[in-house]
Amino acid sequence: MTGTDTTTAPATAGAAVTAPAPTGADPAVTAAALALGDDALVLAQRLGEWAGSAPVLEEEVALANIALDLLGQARILLSLAGDEDELAFLREERAFRNLQLVEQPNGDFAHTIARQLYFSTYQRLLYAALAAGDGPLAGLAAKAVKEVAYHQDHAEQWTLRLGDGTEESRRRMQTACDALWRYTGEPFQPLGGLDVDPTTLETAWLDSVTAVLTRAGLTVPAGPRTGAWRAGAGRQGLHTESFGRMLAEMQHLHRSHPGATW
Amino acid sequence: MTTGTAGTAVTAGTPGTDAAEEVTRAAQEAVFDAAVAADERIEPRDWMPEAYRATLVRQIAQHAHSEIIGMQPEANWITRAPSLRRKAILMAKVQDEAGHGLYLYSAAETLGVSRDELLDKLHSGRQKYSSIFNYPTLTWADVGAIGWLVDGAAITNQVPLCRCSYGPYARAMVRVCKEESFHQRQGYEALLALSRGTEAQHAMAQDAVDRWWWPSLMMFGPPDDESSHSAQSMAWKIKRHSNDELRQRFVDIAAPQAEALGLTLPDPDLKWNEERGHYDFGPIDWAEFWDVLKGNGPCNDQRITKRRQAHEDGAWVREAAAAYARKHTGQHGEAQA
Repeated sequence: MTGTDTTTAPATAGAAVTAPAPTGADPAVTAAALALGDDALVLAQRLGEWAGSAPVLEEEVALANIALDLLGQARILLSLAGDEDELAFLREERAFRNLQLVEQPNGDFAHTIARQLYFSTYQRLLYAALAAGDGPLAGLAAKAVKEVAYHQDHAEQWTLRLGDGTEESRRRMQTACDALWRYTGEPFQPLGGLDVDPTTLETAWLDSVTAVLTRAGLTVPAGPRTGAWRAGAGRQGLHTESFGRMLAEMQHLHRSHPGATW
Repeated sequence: MTTGTAGTAVTAGTPGTDAAEEVTRAAQEAVFDAAVAADERIEPRDWMPEAYRATLVRQIAQHAHSEIIGMQPEANWITRAPSLRRKAILMAKVQDEAGHGLYLYSAAETLGVSRDELLDKLHSGRQKYSSIFNYPTLTWADVGAIGWLVDGAAITNQVPLCRCSYGPYARAMVRVCKEESFHQRQGYEALLALSRGTEAQHAMAQDAVDRWWWPSLMMFGPPDDESSHSAQSMAWKIKRHSNDELRQRFVDIAAPQAEALGLTLPDPDLKWNEERGHYDFGPIDWAEFWDVLKGNGPCNDQRITKRRQAHEDGAWVREAAAAYARKHTGQHGEAQA
């Protein structure tokens, strides 16, 4: 890869690419847009892997719809940081700033729903707060929060169905909630460039998730909310092993034809 | 339609009430025939001959199955799409196909069959889907070729179905065709970008068109003199044009488009015939068509295995949704998948 060595400091990620950042030169805002854009892009990519394999036709439509919303958000956010395709296809794994939560493999449908519940609850709180302010991301957040409200509702409804469905579904949903719990501390680490401090959203997130899990008859996981990695690792470019493979698949065609337009 | 085909078949039962039933049946059939003749729509509550119902179930089910099996070859490229714009377009297209499956299964349900029954028949091989999806998508350009040629052929087939005599199917097709026309345009545009791109991209586009052209012509079905369902379907106004007419219409549209794309079609006999006002084209390899239809195409097993696998893997989810709905019925009616 060339020209986008961003492994050292997130604030420089947009500097090496050609497209000017429409918001101006505030590198902290650019870095925040990149982090949030990467969250949306990576989760869209994961959800796209479901196409043709969803448990019921309605969920083919729903999961694709959520993926499309996220991809739309990603394109706007990445464009604030540079050229969307250069950023998506030409960065190495260590230059991505997304949360580790969103890169976790789909697993079974319960894992996909648990990931979606944890992420969309966070994203809705964050975007609602951003939309209420007058920062550079307020406009985008105001539109996105409406989409994310649907994503959260979808995840909550399925959490209830799976938690309070059959014995098997309850067991699978509990396993998924437990497995992903260790990635739920990271979103609430400080993130510069936003007029909202993510640490202030954590209590509301815990209340919301606890309420849904409890209604679903599930146990709120007791383990730590960060793993052996420091909290915030994804935002610093430290990812989990499956992420490199996901990127290899996503990027290979684009990288095979340097300079081509599509 | 000719009168009496379905009605007279039921007269061999017990005497007595049969005579009265036969009179009623004849009257119902006359109403049905008159409605079809007057280009009126037949609706789910209207009386219809059993053979008409069975033909529609077979056709709509096959169409619905084609939509959901057809998601697979294109979904194959969602995760690898070469730009975010192309990824978004492809995701939206595959999502539309799932949506078309939903409308069409719903249209079939108005004829008294359930989606589960139809899926069982698909999974057990008792109902078919379009054979075109038994070909593999080997490169990114295949996504463009499918949009341009396969969706182009599908539109040619489907636009007349918007005037089909069965109301729910015709109405579903209006919506399907609008979305298909977006699919066809995006495919053409994706191929154009490749054709005008680097040498490698151009070669990729040409290779894809070479592989998809003949299977696309086969999508219109066997020649008219070998088509087993055509005559009756045309009489019932389920079908409005013959296979060969539609195939010719498609070739006439696609040939100049290929030129505009800067790509060739793999048929040395393809040329404009001034006298006929149509393009002439070479013979289709019907042996290949029948072979793929019989299950010997490159992806028949793969497609149906993947479909069954998704269905089986999702069984616990559907059971959970059903169990939850049972526990919570009476509170809200919305607790379903």
